Order: sequence, then C-alpha cells, then structure tokens
Amino acid sequence: MSAPAVTTELADYRRQSPAVAERFQKLRERPVVLEVRDLTRTFATRQGGETVALRSLNFCAHRREFMCLIGPSGCGKSTLIRLLAGLDEPTSGQVLLDGQPVSGPCPDRGMVFQGYTLFPWRTVLGNVMFGLEMGGMESGRAKSEALQWLDLVNLTKFKDAYPAQLSGGMKQRVAIARALATNPRILLMDEPFGALDAQTRAQMQSYLLQIWRNVDVTIVFITHDLDEAIYLADRILVLKAHPGEVQELIEVPVPRPRGPAQFATPEFLATRRRIDELIHPPLESAGEKLPIVRLTVVGDDVE
Amino acid sequence: MTRSRWPAVGREPSPRRRSVLLVCSFLLPLVLWSLVSYVPWIWHPLIHVTDPGTVSWFKADLLVERAVFATENAQAVAAGGRAAVGERANPVFLPAPHAVARALWTAFTTKPVLRDELWLHQSLWLSIQTIFWGFLISSLFGVPLGILCGAYPPLARLFEPVIDFVRYMPAPAFGALTVAVLDIYAAPKIAIIVIGTFFQQVLVIANTVRRHDPALIEAAQTLGARPRQLLLHVIVPGCLVDIYNDQRILLGWAWTYLIVAEVVGVSTGITFFINQQAKYRNFDNVYAAILIIGVIGLVTDQGLAFIGRRIFPWQPRAPSRLNAVLALLGRKGGGPA
Ligand SMILES: Nc1ncnc2c1ncn2[C@@H]1O[C@H](COP(=O)(O)OP(=O)(O)O)[C@@H](O)[C@H]1O
Ligand SMILES: [Mg+2]
Repeated sequence: MSAPAVTTELADYRRQSPAVAERFQKLRERPVVLEVRDLTRTFATRQGGETVALRSLNFCAHRREFMCLIGPSGCGKSTLIRLLAGLDEPTSGQVLLDGQPVSGPCPDRGMVFQGYTLFPWRTVLGNVMFGLEMGGMESGRAKSEALQWLDLVNLTKFKDAYPAQLSGGMKQRVAIARALATNPRILLMDEPFGALDAQTRAQMQSYLLQIWRNVDVTIVFITHDLDEAIYLADRILVLKAHPGEVQELIEVPVPRPRGPAQFATPEFLATRRRIDELIHPPLESAGEKLPIVRLTVVGDDVE
Repeated sequence: MTRSRWPAVGREPSPRRRSVLLVCSFLLPLVLWSLVSYVPWIWHPLIHVTDPGTVSWFKADLLVERAVFATENAQAVAAGGRAAVGERANPVFLPAPHAVARALWTAFTTKPVLRDELWLHQSLWLSIQTIFWGFLISSLFGVPLGILCGAYPPLARLFEPVIDFVRYMPAPAFGALTVAVLDIYAAPKIAIIVIGTFFQQVLVIANTVRRHDPALIEAAQTLGARPRQLLLHVIVPGCLVDIYNDQRILLGWAWTYLIVAEVVGVSTGITFFINQQAKYRNFDNVYAAILIIGVIGLVTDQGLAFIGRRIFPWQPRAPSRLNAVLALLGRKGGGPA
C-alpha cells in the first residue's frame, strides 16, 4: 500500500532532503558564535520562595544562523534573551560570545524589543545614529553610515520623521536598522512582530529574511507563533515552562529560500505538528468543560 | 456611532466646540459678576445716598445699609423733615465690571498720590524682576538636583528626606531671617521666592525623571551607551518635555510666593500697589491689579506652551488655547462656512 507510506513520510519532521541536510552540515561546520552553558535564573517570589524561570539551559548558535526560540507564555523566553543581552545576571551558568563570557550589555549583541523602544525625541535618522554616536564615531560618518542602514530597511524617505509619525511596522524596521548599525555579532529579537497586524507581520518576516541574507549577523528570534518560527528559522529551540528547560532543538527541514507558498508543504506541516505537540500537550485543553450555568433561554442556541 | 447629549468620558470635543467652551470659561464668571453688579434685586445690600434730605449725618455719596436708611428716613419724615434719596448699591469692595475696566486703563495713567510712590507699570516691572531672578536662581540649582535625584536613587535617598522636611516649612516663615541676612530691599524678596520654589522643584522634577521609561534605558545600553551617556543622551532628553511643563506649573507657584515676598522688608511691587489702593479704598484699582497679574500669568504660560511646541517638535500636538482663540477669530473673520 502506497498511501500510508506517503503519510508517514510526510509526518516525520526529522527527514531532510539532501539539499537541506547539506545546508545543516555546513551550518554546523561554521564557528560557534553564541554558547549557553548551564544557564539558570531563579527569581525570589514575594512569598519568600523562589521561581525557577530557567534551569540548566545548554545550546549554541553558529555564525549566521537564524535561531528561533519558542515556548508557551511564561516559560522564560524573555528572561533568556535578557540574559543573552546582558540586561540581567544569571543565577548560575554562563553565556559566551565568541568564547568570551558576557557581562553587561554591549553593542556586539544588538536587541530589538517588542515595544519598539525608539527614542521619541530623535528623528528616524537620529535613532539609527544613536549607537554609532555612543561609540564615539564622528557625526558626519555616523550620518552616512546610518543612511545606508536606513536604505537597507527602505526608510530613507522617512529619515527626518519622528517615531510618533510612523506605523508599527516602520518603527520596527527603524529599530532593526538601529540595532544593526553598530555591527553586532548577534541580533536578539524578543517577539518583535507580536504587536503587528497579520499583513504587516508577514511583510516584516520577509524583510527580516532579506536583511539576514545580506548582513553578516546571527539572529536569535523569540516568538510564540509556530508558523513564524518555522518560516524564519534554521533551528528552533523549543522551551517548556515551570521550570524553563530545553525540550527539543528542531532542525527545520523546509528548504531555503523561503516563501509564503511553503506554509502548506509536507515538511512545514510536519514540523508544525511536532512543535504543536511539544508546547500544547494533548492532556490539557482537550475539551475541558467550564462549570458554567446556562444563562440563556432554552432554544436560543448559537451552535 | 451613538450620540449622547452627555459628554463622553475622556473624549475631546470638536475644535469648534473647544473654542466656544474656552470663551464661555471666561464669559461665565463675567456674566455672573455683571448680574450681581447691574441687577439691583439680586444683592445690592446698601443704599448709595444722592440727596441726604434732612437726615443730619447723611451726605451725598454715602453708603448706608438699607435697614438704617429706612429707619433714618422714617424718623426724618416723622419729625417733619425731608426724606433722603438714594439708590441701591453693592459694597465698595465689589466694584462693577465697567468700573474695573475703566480702572484697568486709569490705573496706568494716574499719577501716584505720594511723591515716592511708583506708577503701576513700574510696580509691575519690579515684581516681574523679582519673580524672574527668584525663579532663575531656584531653577539653576533645583532642576539639575532634581534630575540627579531622579536618575540616581542613592542621591534621592540622601537629599529627598531633608528636602521633604524643609518643604513643609512655609516660605514666609523665613521672612524675618532673610531680612536679617540680606537687608530690606530686593534680595530678601528674591530669597523668599527661591525658598518657596526650590524644595518643591527638586521633588517634582525628581518624580518626573523617575517616571522615565526604563525600556529606553535598556535599549540605549544594548546600543553601547555608558552610564554618563545614559544621563545626558537618554534620561535628560527623554524627560525634557515633562520638565518643561513642570517648570510652567512651578512658575505659577512662584507668583503665589511673590505676594508674601513683597511685604518682606520694604514693601514693593504689585503687592505694595494693591495694599496702597486698598488703603485708599480704590477697589476698582485693586481688582485691576489682580486681573493684570492673572493676565501676565496666562500670557506667560501660553507663551511658554507655544514656545514648547516649537522647541520640542517630536511631541504630539496638544490642543492649544491660543490656537482655539485664533480659530474662533478666523472663523468670524469670514472663513469657510
Ligand atoms: N523580574 C522578575 N521577577 C520575578 N519573576 C519574574 C521576573 N521576570 C520573569 N519572572 C518569571 O519568570 C517566568 C518567565 O517569564 P518570561 O521570561 O517573561 O516569560 P516569557 O517571555 O516566556 O513569556 C515567569 O514565570 C515570570 O513570572
Ligand atoms: Mg516575553
């Protein structure tokens, strides 16, 4: 029988086409940029106890890899990326960038936040110039470099606008240009497109892939959207909650270059199903009944 | 969309309605004042005597209570004399709008009674100078200290407790002390304004700076800003608009302290003018002077708001009162229907 054979073949997300397997082979041969060793972060709770936000995390990212972090809400994704950025200190363990331990924030790890965090008093150009100026670059050079970055995100026309005058997608493009302008080794993004509408979001995803293809940068991208993760990532780190731990590191079998047409391919669906299983375990949400008393008239039914 | 007659919570009215409301805001108290002044049966508790008749102690222009007027007239008539004539009037401390309006003009054009007294515009100029120097000196120290306290919690813990303590001491209480130290002329008055403004200023501005968005500081750090750069390139520019608006409010407080400051030592300025006019019972001049202070305050504040919108081009335009007035005038002047 051929039909069942086809379905099992489709269902295995670990099965890679030769081209994809070769890509991963090359990726693994590239030097490690980011290494996380035994990373643990606990928070003191108000009752005097402790919550373990992250426990013994180990993983690494290679040069020019696109890595997505996915997991249920509250599993410690933001905590992890703040540790990577140096905005927070681990309870134990280490983050290494190019083999050097990370301490404190530094422009070699650029960050893009969900809330844009553009400086409202600076123009678009001024925002992109900020990191360069802080690094002591002379302002004429900073300006011409910033203009090149604005060109890359296609916002040259808006260089003199203030952030308040831009749409969400444009703001996030400025934030990306601003983070890239200081030539970071790694770009950290915490649900950067979470606040955007579906259409802008899709557009931003394709922008980001284009930028990543043309810039020498490793990307660690947090999302809770499965499709987004599979569409963008080389590898997806799936976390589980309470305590936050690595569940699986998935190599996405969808070939590059990626496009929206791939959302329906077997590899895509197989990967999606696997991640879905991991972050939404079948026990929960399986039609659990809420104890609600009927509050409508008999016969006035909606389904 | 449902339209209700009751104004919706938090919703700004249309520009046209804003202009109308602005005019009404000033018109309503004026109408009230006019009613009380010109409609005799609303209040008018006194009689303004025009012809004293045979009542021995009545004179023309005298103000007497209505009851007294009635009994005196009854007695005069009973004694075979002539009743006094007069009309109902308000007490001298409530002049009519037209009298104050006239005083607004005459106050500037009347020669001072005594030789060493000042003209109104000279008094005003003195007051404005006192405010200016007091507020400037206070801001020179208060604004930077406030910013530092807001930005660095250890500094806040060092300075704010004692500032909180001094803040509760009323500035006029330092009057005698400032005169003893700084003589009786301009210096103690400026000192009172500094004392009244400075302590509030530090706390108000520190609180404004503390409301700064911490996410912007983190973003700046990931872009390589060092601690000193954070203060100058993120915290200060981020708070500038709010600090500017705080300063506008604080300037209003400085005017409040002016009135007590100016009676310290040699009484001067607009306060001296007001007290002197009250002594002569020229209450129309008193009201005129108070109104002028209000006008100076309003004009300064709106002027500063106007300047603020020019120097902070990034902030979203708040509806401006000045624009509302201009819009209304523009529409009346034959604008599009
Ligand atoms: N500053 C903090 N203090 C105490 N608990 C925190 C703090 N930050 C995060 N947590 C806890 O750590 C866990 C992970 O949070 P977070 O990293 O924000 O999750 P995610 O971004 O995946 O939704 C949560 O349970 C949260 O309550
Ligand atoms: Mg989060």
